[in-house]
Amino acid sequence: MGMQDQDVIREFLVESYENLSALDQNFVELEKHPKDAALLASIFRTIHTIKGTCGFLGFSTLEAITHQAESILSQVRDGQRDLTPFLVSLILETVDAIRKVLAAVESHGAEGDERFDNLTVRLREAAQSKATPDVPPESHAPALPADVRPEEDAAKTSAVADANIRVGVDLLDKLMDLVGELVLTRNQILQFNADREDPALNATSQRLNLITTELQEGVMKTRMQPIGMIWNKLPRVVRDISVVLGKQVRLEMDGAETELDRTIIQAVKDPLVHLVRNSCDHGFETAEARIRAGKPPEGRLSLRAYHEGGQVNIEIGDDGAGIDVACVKRKAIEKGLLRPEQADKLSDREAVNLIFHAGLSTAQIITNVSGRGVGMDVVKSQIEKIGGVVDVFSRPGEGTTVKIKIPLTLAIIPGLVIMSGGERFVIPQVSLLELIRLDADSLEKRIEYVQGTPVYRRRGSLLPIAYLNKVLGLEPAGAHDAVSIVVLQAEDRQFGLVVDGIHDTQEIVVKPLGKQLKGLTVYAGATIMGDGRVALILDVLGIGQRSGVIAFHEQSRSATQQKTQAGVEQQRLLLFQTGSFERLAVPLSLVARLEEFPQSSIERAGGGQVVQYRNRILPLVPLRDVLEPGAPGPEHPPDPVQVVVFNDGDRSVGMVVDRILDVAEDTVTVRQKSSRKGLLGSAVVGKRVTDFIDLNEVIQLAAENWYRGSGGSTQGRRILIAEASAFSRGLIRSGLDMAGYRVLEAANLSEALRGLEQQPVDIVVAALDLPPTGTSALRAAMRSKKEWASIPILALADSMEQVQAKAGQTVAFQDCQVKFDREAMLASLARLASALSAPVPEPVNAGPAHQAKDR
Amino acid sequence: MTTDNTVSKPGQSPAAPQLSGQFSTFFVADLFFGVDVLKVQELLRFQQMTRVPQAPDVIEGLINLRGQIVTAIDMRRRLRLPPRPADQMPMNMVVSTHDGAVSLLVDEIGDVLDVDAATYEQPPANLDSSARELIRGVYKLNDRLLLVLDTERTVDLAARG
Repeated sequence: MGMQDQDVIREFLVESYENLSALDQNFVELEKHPKDAALLASIFRTIHTIKGTCGFLGFSTLEAITHQAESILSQVRDGQRDLTPFLVSLILETVDAIRKVLAAVESHGAEGDERFDNLTVRLREAAQSKATPDVPPESHAPALPADVRPEEDAAKTSAVADANIRVGVDLLDKLMDLVGELVLTRNQILQFNADREDPALNATSQRLNLITTELQEGVMKTRMQPIGMIWNKLPRVVRDISVVLGKQVRLEMDGAETELDRTIIQAVKDPLVHLVRNSCDHGFETAEARIRAGKPPEGRLSLRAYHEGGQVNIEIGDDGAGIDVACVKRKAIEKGLLRPEQADKLSDREAVNLIFHAGLSTAQIITNVSGRGVGMDVVKSQIEKIGGVVDVFSRPGEGTTVKIKIPLTLAIIPGLVIMSGGERFVIPQVSLLELIRLDADSLEKRIEYVQGTPVYRRRGSLLPIAYLNKVLGLEPAGAHDAVSIVVLQAEDRQFGLVVDGIHDTQEIVVKPLGKQLKGLTVYAGATIMGDGRVALILDVLGIGQRSGVIAFHEQSRSATQQKTQAGVEQQRLLLFQTGSFERLAVPLSLVARLEEFPQSSIERAGGGQVVQYRNRILPLVPLRDVLEPGAPGPEHPPDPVQVVVFNDGDRSVGMVVDRILDVAEDTVTVRQKSSRKGLLGSAVVGKRVTDFIDLNEVIQLAAENWYRGSGGSTQGRRILIAEASAFSRGLIRSGLDMAGYRVLEAANLSEALRGLEQQPVDIVVAALDLPPTGTSALRAAMRSKKEWASIPILALADSMEQVQAKAGQTVAFQDCQVKFDREAMLASLARLASALSAPVPEPVNAGPAHQAKDR
Repeated sequence: MTTDNTVSKPGQSPAAPQLSGQFSTFFVADLFFGVDVLKVQELLRFQQMTRVPQAPDVIEGLINLRGQIVTAIDMRRRLRLPPRPADQMPMNMVVSTHDGAVSLLVDEIGDVLDVDAATYEQPPANLDSSARELIRGVYKLNDRLLLVLDTERTVDLAARG
């Protein structure tokens, strides 16, 4: 007998014992109310189930007994005869016999030798003689004691029962509610105690605290059930489906003893069954296909449950064919969920997660098992309803794993107390990722806008931001020294919620809101705080949706997901493709936004392409024309067009590319200067050769007046960049060009001095490691000449560490910044520029696009 | 409040709804309301409330009623009456409904009255339409009209008020 059979039998035993114990109760009731149809139906069902299952498992004795009992019960149920005490005894005797056989099966794995022929005969006679009066035939009466030997067997089976009592779920729920109240009262007492200095009260409240915590844990435990409770039925499900589909599937279960609150157990039951059916149907190939693929013919479906960080993880994994990403995308396009160009941009992981969309099924054939495209979306919503998360991982040819994370309990949860607009709110800790504290001043600076959505650069990746006071329509808080961003996770998205203040974390008891407030998706409920006042619990998903950050840009999302921990030396690069250039890059720090414009919105003005954008005119530069002038355009120009927007101050320019690929974080390893127009050079990014765009050239093509015109202290200042690497010079230069500076370049000390001699220079930007001996030499040389001595020097270090390490050296310079930290560099330059005496008058070179610039 | 204007003869008029015949009364602006005494859970002074941003404006906030979170509905706003003077604190009349307890914020609490079912009538047609939606009927007392509040409709914000 295989492992699986044993599992099935164990499950059969558990289920049958459970049903039989209910049966005794039912019979007792039935004797009082012999006509109770519901009771009769329940008894019939129990016997019928046992009969069905033991026929399936090949327990012939059991089947024989139960078959006859079932016939009698069906006659009673259908009203063909009355249930006399004689029949009740007979059936109860049958129940005892069933128990006995089950006990034998449990201990020996087989039915045992006892045949119960006597009982079977009497049952058959009773079943056939429905017309005859129900008087026990004299001859059979003495046989009764022979069949029923209650002493040993009964004692054995009831050993477990003695240690347990059955308690109504209602009572447990009531107890849980009361404990919730107690927790709240305890919190209030503790707060009260904190305000007084009474040692007796202090000691008592500490004791109350301890006892409450223990009681809470105890009551929670009473509601805990092993997940095996709902797994028990899965072997049968798997077996039935695999028979129908002609597949071979072996079910492995690990962690069946993992316990969950019963409300949660109930809530995950249906989704689990659905996922298992899905795996059997979609996941596994047929045995022949598996052999062809070099796998064992028998598929392995594994269920795993384990505790992790206050949550329960359930994994349903198969070693089947995996999800066909191309097929999912194709279906999504067919169903109109995605446009083709969007589908191209999706990462495999995002594409795989499309299966949770309503109406998407990739099963080739719609079977009665699954494939009708309903279900996965329901699974997702059911799991999310109980505060869980579903994720799917798939490898082509190797299988698919669905991971579910669910909280242990819903009743009492840890929450973070925050303030916004003078009100207090609670955020469930399960959604909380991290807290960021910012000075009120730097908040304004650190938050930028992408497609009108505020974003925050968190370790280099863009985090969409929502302001809680705006979402809830609260008064903005008065002047604060600092604000906090609470980084939250809703579904698979992350966003930052700006709040006025953060208090502590607390165990809170979740209470539902009244019907009048049910329509408000921004709240998950309410709780009572230590001071006795009510506080609202925020629904993180609802907040995200209401503020619009959940429907945020796909590209930024994939960028967030694929990010790695940013090191100071690493650069974030936006990767894209245009024409025959498969992989192009610009530093992400130069990119303001990524946009899509429909072809129809592009107009021609001032000899170039422009698009109306946020009440302004955005000049567009098709990168293809810059890099491959004269090359034929694509047959079908993409619609909408992908535009990378760069801006500085109030001016912007859009670079049209064919496709945004990704955001990569990498140390640029190999550098090679390019002679091609529009390119700075090549580097290896993410193990692939990538060309870097020379923004300076690209943008000069956009609009002649782009850098000039609006004046300001930075405009027209001449800057000398002294840096050995041509590549780095190019990168620094493109940032300065865009800010409106005029730039000279020098690769070493002598070139720098020559540059200073040739033209007046306002500011020198020099790398600390300028050849041959470092920037100090340049500094010394400049000091020695009267007209150069007052020129400020901005030193550039390779890393923050270097800035700190060389702090002693850098005092000689006006400022020191990290290379490629464009914002810091520009801020520093602006400071230095404004400190210079009078701005240099700059002749304005008004081009035709000038009129078009302002609306 | 006087009680000599009431006669207790419950169940005489077929028009009167099946009620206990006893009403807990209260004032909202110049209107005099009654709620079946069996529906009234308790009466409280004004409680500190947590306001609920984005909630319909008739919802004044949430109160903690011995651990139970109860929604408070401002009856002035529910009946589209002018707001209560700033110096006047409303009272809480906590009524039990199909969806649990709800607190009605009223101006002043009156006595419990026994009413004569014979004096029951449908709401007068000239009653302000916003109030009429929430009123089941009227008892003609000697010196004034007692408006019987339909608490289920009152707490169902989808119903017009």
